[in-house]
Amino acid sequence: MNPQQPERLSMDTFLEGIWRQNPVFVMMLGMCPTLAVTVSAVNALSMGVATAFVLVASALLVSLLRHAVPKEVRIATYIVIIATFVTVVDYAIQAISLALYDALGAFIQLIVVNCIILGRAEAHSSKHPPLVAVTNALGMGAGFTIGLFALGSVREIFGTGTLFGFPLFGPDFQPWVVMVLPPGGFFVLAAWLLLFAWFRRRKERLAALAAGGQQHGA
Amino acid sequence: MAPETLGQIFVNALLANNFVLAMFLGLCPFLGVSGRLSTAFPMGVATSFVMLVASLCAYGLNLLLTQFHLEFLRLISYIVVIASAVQLVEMVLKKFSPGLFRALGIYLPLITTNCAVLGVALFQTAREYSFLQSLAFSFGGGAGFTLALVLMASVRERLELSDVPGVAQGTALSLMLAGLLSLAFMGFAGLGG
Repeated sequence: MNPQQPERLSMDTFLEGIWRQNPVFVMMLGMCPTLAVTVSAVNALSMGVATAFVLVASALLVSLLRHAVPKEVRIATYIVIIATFVTVVDYAIQAISLALYDALGAFIQLIVVNCIILGRAEAHSSKHPPLVAVTNALGMGAGFTIGLFALGSVREIFGTGTLFGFPLFGPDFQPWVVMVLPPGGFFVLAAWLLLFAWFRRRKERLAALAAGGQQHGA
Repeated sequence: MAPETLGQIFVNALLANNFVLAMFLGLCPFLGVSGRLSTAFPMGVATSFVMLVASLCAYGLNLLLTQFHLEFLRLISYIVVIASAVQLVEMVLKKFSPGLFRALGIYLPLITTNCAVLGVALFQTAREYSFLQSLAFSFGGGAGFTLALVLMASVRERLELSDVPGVAQGTALSLMLAGLLSLAFMGFAGLGG
């Protein structure tokens, strides 16, 4: 990442996480929950929101403590901070919806070891003032949620023929069971990546063509 | 649920519910280190060792925490124990095998954030395994992780020589492969009973 990042707040601080450095599709971070809980759109959304909350809360605390924490023990400190907020989320979800808690299972507690959160704490929050850090974390959280939703909705539509529990197709629809099974997660993510790679290459080819045309013109 | 035998737990964790391919635990090192067989195998062994240590410590810790009704501290204490275990493995490797230490690079400290390790500790607590059952579970999980890593690395070494469409190169291809491997492992479903 660019070390000379501007200290001031800009729209880019927020948007970076959604598009250019999307945690799911570009940085390939936090893959375990991404693939494990995205069997339905609801699960994917709630997992995304839970992760985003932990991300923002820990970014705020890490950023506030960034001058107080000695360099040698910083990773341990970050992990303890993150684990605290995950425990909060864990108990909160258990209190709000037991069905959701059972569906997500151990993966709520596994937010602790989600690489995005520790990665952001180390690479961004520990070097920036609170407002910038929180904005960036919000963007990352939103990007992660969007990524999860993209996976979860596709898998739910094909795997069970529903979206958010509402049936989309007629009663004759034959669900692709493989989509809600583990291999489906790998395949859907691979398909999204293929799509993005194809777009990127097409853009590069068009840009190269335009540049070539200009040279010929001159 | 009928009590599982140790063999069932082991086979379940090794094949039918393989940590990487069926439960999606520990995907970062699975995709990151599986480029070469020579680093994939030691990485698997190192992770398995950490898993074993973490599982033992987690079992003891859980007893202690339940004793004092401090269950809400479970997550925090587990992660601290795992971090210390990783530090230990790192120091041992640095001393006895500096070459391997350099080859594993950043992925070694990242074992701390490997979900498979924390997963072992959390799942054995959730399923209320006894001491021996936890041991079988972490052993099977570690062996399964190593197996998946070695399989993936072997396939990827072959793939380097083959002609792949440019769009599919890189992570997308690895994910496709992982999907196929996962599909193959689904054939083991029900093996552990």
